Amino acid sequence: MMKHILSVTVSNQPAVLARISGLFSRRNFNILSLNVGETEKPEFSRMTIVVEGDDHTLEQVKKQLYKLIDVIKVTELNQANMVERDMALIKVNCNKNMRTQLIQVVNVFRGKIVDLSPETVTVEVTGDESKINALIELLKDFGIKEVVRTGIVALDRELPSTTKVKN
Amino acid sequence: MALLSGAKILIESLLKEGVEIIFGYPGGKVIPLYDELYDAPITHVLVRHEQAAAHAADGYSRSTGKVGVCIATSGPGATNLVTGIANAYMDSVPVVAFTGQAPTHLIGTDSFQEIDIRGITLPITKHNYMVTNIKDLARVVKEAFYIARTGRPGPVLIDLPVDVIKTNFDYHYPEKVHLPGYQPTYEGNYMQIKAAAEVINNSFRPVIFAGGGVIISNASDELKTLSKTGKIPVANSLMGLGSFPLTDEYSLGMVGMHGTKYANYAISESDLIIAIGVRFDDRVTGRVDKFASKAKIIHIDIDPAEINKNIKVDIPIVGDAKTILNKLIPLIKTVERTEWLETIKEWKRDYPLSYEHRNSNIKPQYIIEKLNEVLSENSIVVTDVGQHQMWAAQYLKFLKPRSFISSGGLGTMGFGLPASIGAQFGNPDRPVICISGDGGFQMNLQELATISNNNLPIKMIIFNNSTLGMVRQWQELFFNERYSHTLIKNPDFIKIAEAYGIKALKVTDKNDVDKAIKEALNYNGPMLLDFVIPQDENVFPMVPEGASLEEMLDYRKVLKETEI
Ligand SMILES: Cc1ncc(C[n+]2csc(CCOP(=O)(O)OP(=O)(O)O)c2C)c(N)n1
Repeated sequence: MMKHILSVTVSNQPAVLARISGLFSRRNFNILSLNVGETEKPEFSRMTIVVEGDDHTLEQVKKQLYKLIDVIKVTELNQANMVERDMALIKVNCNKNMRTQLIQVVNVFRGKIVDLSPETVTVEVTGDESKINALIELLKDFGIKEVVRTGIVALDRELPSTTKVKN
Repeated sequence: MALLSGAKILIESLLKEGVEIIFGYPGGKVIPLYDELYDAPITHVLVRHEQAAAHAADGYSRSTGKVGVCIATSGPGATNLVTGIANAYMDSVPVVAFTGQAPTHLIGTDSFQEIDIRGITLPITKHNYMVTNIKDLARVVKEAFYIARTGRPGPVLIDLPVDVIKTNFDYHYPEKVHLPGYQPTYEGNYMQIKAAAEVINNSFRPVIFAGGGVIISNASDELKTLSKTGKIPVANSLMGLGSFPLTDEYSLGMVGMHGTKYANYAISESDLIIAIGVRFDDRVTGRVDKFASKAKIIHIDIDPAEINKNIKVDIPIVGDAKTILNKLIPLIKTVERTEWLETIKEWKRDYPLSYEHRNSNIKPQYIIEKLNEVLSENSIVVTDVGQHQMWAAQYLKFLKPRSFISSGGLGTMGFGLPASIGAQFGNPDRPVICISGDGGFQMNLQELATISNNNLPIKMIIFNNSTLGMVRQWQELFFNERYSHTLIKNPDFIKIAEAYGIKALKVTDKNDVDKAIKEALNYNGPMLLDFVIPQDENVFPMVPEGASLEEMLDYRKVLKETEI
């Protein structure tokens, strides 16, 4: 099934998050991740919602979102023409002897060590989803204790129209 | 600077919105509001259950086109409104519901009669609010009425913490709403309209499928013009009944599960469906992939989300039905569709709605036929939900827009009686007839008190078959006649009515039907008619759930041999 990334501008009204998440569950739409934060304007928030579904489902998701009074704008991001970031914090089992080895792996992914304990290391990594998945895969060899991810945040790329990347 | 209490601000705002009547029920958290209502120039109708307040506001709105208003207290009052709000939501009825709420400082503490009614009604309102700051109150009321009645109408709920309605504030009603996320489309894309006209002019077997949207948009004259200009037959959804004269030669009556054979055949054989203000409910389409499988589909609707939701549409036109039809009609050519109209005439002749009399039993269809003889287009018929609703939808003849009031989308038993209260208050000079089953009548029976107290001249007709008929019908046809919990023992409805001071008459013989109906209609006050009808009478034709519209069951085929 296709994955779609929607950027949704909403009014910062009470219960707006409940309205959106309620809509997805009620209409049987599948959310893979949802992220919300303030925008350049204090009265609006922007959500990045990753949904799974065929074209028919996507059309319905967009239209149903638009029906909500607090939804200002819904854009589907073109996955070939957007900047996408996901961030993860990964707490890995790692004693002193293993640290160098771990740091080497993390460096390849331009990750950062953000916390250390005698038995664990916490890694921060930012990038697109596949990069983070790849790092998590490698860190499994050390033994992962905990992972937390932000889910995707994304924005359209600004390109001169002539050089716009095609789908 | 005029400082007014929140409650007073609310009343002033309602007056600004032109509200004349409110259906409600008081309680602790709305006492300040009721105190203001005590001498406000707005009629307040005290119902006997909050569900009835919502249904009455709904019936008032459907029959008048105005926004219906209801009030309930917090907690149980608010939850009692829920079914009524959901009902209005499913049928796109503009209702504004006010609920009391715990004071703001107690919200979230499970305080007495505190319930998250905003959360509960998120999926069944067009929008909802909790006013936590008095400065927002007037704006919220303004927005609520605007949202309820514009675009695709629907219910809006405003939750009012009691401290807010007690706070004094400078009253100022806003002139305009500012809702950047809400801009309904009315106009209709002209390119699409032209494309639709082209397809209509070149079609051989077109059918107009007109729904509740035509009534909401007051587009029934335009619908007639379109039909007459293009020589196009018209079928209705349940919600669309009244939008096109059922006595017209081009009328096909109702489509769908209990639609007429000719309507269902016409849809199935059509090469072009012009759908206006409908949402292709599964009760209408039957098996979706077989619905109008030979036809292109033009879909005119104000709600973009209805386009392609259930049925793939060839030419969508988003906007207001009336506006769009006015642009479409000048582009329509009069085409002689002799063959198609002839075919339809034959279907109508060969497959009329029919039933058979059995001795002196009162057949429910017969009651409706007798009603047709005395009702005029001035009458309003309200129904409950079940078999009687379908018989009314099939057999009633004289319906104008907003004169057939029935719960479509939610199919709410118990809707009829309170909705007829709203309809009668909205139309004091028109006869209001409420048709219920014996089951549904008992779901909001307490409203006899409201009817009696206000001396509302509603004529209540019970189709008394001592069964939850519609469910019994399914059990007979699809569950081996295992009548699990559907055969009911009823109270004496006559005594019940009389206990409320309402005149009532029980009718058991076919030959007395006519007289009883005339007596009731001539009586200047509320009256109840209890018609005892056979328990095993079923609604036909019937498209079994999941079957295609052509696969209709017919009463002749299922009659038991002994009865033939
Ligand atoms: C509130 C509610 N509960 C249950 C149903 C399911 N239901 C649909 S029709 C029906 C039977 C209605 O019986 P009655 O009111 O006697 O009318 P009849 O079908 O006999 O005309 C039932 C139980 C419903 N529609 N609404």
